[in-house]
Amino acid sequence: MKVVSALLAGLLFGLGLIVSGMSDPSKVLGFLDLAGKWDPSLAFVMGGAVVIGALMFPFVSKRKSSIFGNTMRLPTATRIDRRLVLGGLTFGVGWGLAGYCPGPALASLAQGGGKPWVFFIAMLIGMALFEVIERAKGKRASKAA
Amino acid sequence: MTIDWNNFTPWASLAGGVMIGLASALFLLFNGKIAGISGIVGGLLRPARGDVVWRIAFVAGIVVSPLLFGAARALPRVDIEASYPLLIIAGLLVGVGTRYGSGCTSGHGVNGLSRGSLRSVVATAAFMFAGFVTVFIARHVLG
Repeated sequence: MKVVSALLAGLLFGLGLIVSGMSDPSKVLGFLDLAGKWDPSLAFVMGGAVVIGALMFPFVSKRKSSIFGNTMRLPTATRIDRRLVLGGLTFGVGWGLAGYCPGPALASLAQGGGKPWVFFIAMLIGMALFEVIERAKGKRASKAA
Repeated sequence: MTIDWNNFTPWASLAGGVMIGLASALFLLFNGKIAGISGIVGGLLRPARGDVVWRIAFVAGIVVSPLLFGAARALPRVDIEASYPLLIIAGLLVGVGTRYGSGCTSGHGVNGLSRGSLRSVVATAAFMFAGFVTVFIARHVLG
């Protein structure tokens, strides 16, 4: 059941990306182009999502476990650090270069064409790079200690 | 600033946003996890027992969503202006950046803001700012 609900949640999420227009990188770039002919549509995507989230999350977050019995895995970090800000800035540059963030890239893999795949594979390599660097750092730290 | 009225789709975008918010809240309600795409995909690169199948299922749901949509009505166009080399650079930056920043448009922008997380407000401001500046430079300084 957990697997089915994860699949259905992904499906609804993906359909939302398509309906909203976010799966089209040129529409995303139209939103990010404040100085050109600006398309404010994506502000409505985030607005709609956050209003629904803000209405539902307080009730959902209070639960001790999910409906299917998982412990609730909510982020606990509160520190505003350099990693958070630099990571966000780095992601934003990539987002602005191609108009793709992770969700829409996934949602256009099955739509045909090689370009979404090239972006997706490069993104996986970027994520793998992070894993490699973090593991190397962890090893060095444990050796030093 | 001029508004691009021809491409402005407030209602469709609002409806899509509501679906995304609903999917995120339901995922937390039923599975107890945050629907942050970069975290879900990135977690597959450090696989742990019992922590893989749900990630693949969620990703598969997004991947097949255009097929389901396309069965009902015409899919909206996907217009990718970026060249192949630019897509590679962008993909690398998005991959590294979202993992270092612990989230992307979904994890920070939708889930984090909905929960009122200050970290997510800061991260969202950072990637929106960088996105605006990048497009400004690409289109109006270099372009």
